[in-house]
Amino acid sequence: MTGGMNQLAAMLTGTFEQGFLFGFLGLGVLITFRFFRFPDLTAEGSYPLGGAVAGALLVGGTGPGLATAAAVLAGAAAGMVTALVHTKLRINNIIAGIVVMTALYSVNLRVMGRANIPLLTTPSLTGEAVALANRIGLPFREGHASTIAVTLALLALAAFLLARFMHTDLGLAVRATGENETMIRALGVDTARTKLIGLAISNAFIALSGALVAQDHGFADIGMGTGILVTGAAGVMIGQALFGDGSIARWIGATIAGVLIYEFLVIAALRIGLAPTDLKLVTAALLLASLALPRLRGAR
Amino acid sequence: MLRVERLTKSFRSGDSIFRALDGLSLDVPTGAFVTIIGSNGAGKSTLLRAILGLVEPDSGRIVLDGEDITAWPVHRRGAVIGRIAQDPHEGTCAAMTIAENLAMAALRGRKRGLSRAVTRARADAFRARLAETGLGLESRLDARVGTLSGGQRQALSLLMATDPAPRLLLLDEHLANLDPRISEAVMRLTAARIAATGVTTLMVTHNMAEAIRWGDHLVMLHAGRAIFAAEGPAKAALTVPDLVARFHDAAKADLADDRLLLSG
Repeated sequence: MTGGMNQLAAMLTGTFEQGFLFGFLGLGVLITFRFFRFPDLTAEGSYPLGGAVAGALLVGGTGPGLATAAAVLAGAAAGMVTALVHTKLRINNIIAGIVVMTALYSVNLRVMGRANIPLLTTPSLTGEAVALANRIGLPFREGHASTIAVTLALLALAAFLLARFMHTDLGLAVRATGENETMIRALGVDTARTKLIGLAISNAFIALSGALVAQDHGFADIGMGTGILVTGAAGVMIGQALFGDGSIARWIGATIAGVLIYEFLVIAALRIGLAPTDLKLVTAALLLASLALPRLRGAR
Repeated sequence: MLRVERLTKSFRSGDSIFRALDGLSLDVPTGAFVTIIGSNGAGKSTLLRAILGLVEPDSGRIVLDGEDITAWPVHRRGAVIGRIAQDPHEGTCAAMTIAENLAMAALRGRKRGLSRAVTRARADAFRARLAETGLGLESRLDARVGTLSGGQRQALSLLMATDPAPRLLLLDEHLANLDPRISEAVMRLTAARIAATGVTTLMVTHNMAEAIRWGDHLVMLHAGRAIFAAEGPAKAALTVPDLVARFHDAAKADLADDRLLLSG
């Protein structure tokens, strides 16, 4: 009985830790996949870019706060390159993403200097936050709980800022760019600029995810981005299938919930004895289910 | 003042070339309300699309208030030109609310920053403006535009295209997809907004009776050229049979051409 409870507790701990870390990824993918309506493959490069920049800086002695911030800026820059390739060279947005993703593989290797950087001995953002809490007299310890707390706090802040932005004059123009580009251009908006802004924010979030995951898992790896767009998209789609769309707050909440559910199901699949190599099959099944469910419901 | 000078535009499809605009010239005084009629392929839509920058003319110039806008990018023209298309989906954003759509239009051509888009003051102004339309939209500010009927969406497009008033308003058969009763209501609203703002307006229509009834100038296009124009009392005295006769004369002139299709 208690064994079962412990197992569930461990699964939930894993779900929240990994799910909140991937929450930023989900929000980033939400912007491109739902608001701009195209799968931005830049994610597959900007996610490991975040890990690479943070990892290289941490190993070089930079503090975790600054290293993470640098990773965010690098992600934003990657998104901007994709936007410029798309708008200035008039190349299809999916192709632009593929081009930048491909280029980033080499860039990430250059940044890291090798294929894998261990980060087990370097300080992490969570460690820094715990140390800060200790200094003001709060008796926190580094562990799963503190990682969850710190990541949740950051994610809540990011979600809040994103929701606020989407309700500003500029944010409305960014949303309308994906929804009805003809209209928003006819209202005097240069959509090359709004795409630049949207893709920068999206990939900044995704790189942040990569930087945090690298610090949490204790390594940055050149292959860490493989299939990451699908993970983010699965979160977005599961969230939409279960909670629907509507207000921006709902989109954002549904995406974070979707990522958590996705992570829970992945962990559950491992628990019932599936091998890690089977996970892509599980992901594909989840994607299919989240796409088919609303359709089957609508068909009735 | 809008000047269209010797505008030409050809479209190639396979081996055949279609001349949509054939040296079209048009002077539209500031504040004029011009209705434009013509058969299918006469160049009406191509003219509006060229003014909007959606079609690049092969030659000729478009001058608005003394500025040559022929090479301006679409969004720069959007800052000074309002447009309502035939399809109600074109002028509005379905997934966004009525208030958000109006807020986007309120900043036409202005810099968009990080201040809240739908403030209480703006919402009040939107409610007042919507109440004027008499469509009951003022109580539905937070409804998504996708839930509106075609007529309501077109009325919303009208507010978005005219508030704030642009320097030029282009109506591209904006009533064509509406049922007759709604179409009449939207046209009355359109005329009221044009009168209230004094905006220079070009209205393309298939309906000759509408073209005579509304506006103070009428221009007939045929084969990419303006072949007839009337204004003031002369325009008011026109009848549908007059216009049909002019169409037939024009059609007879190009004997081999049996593409002419009329309606209205």
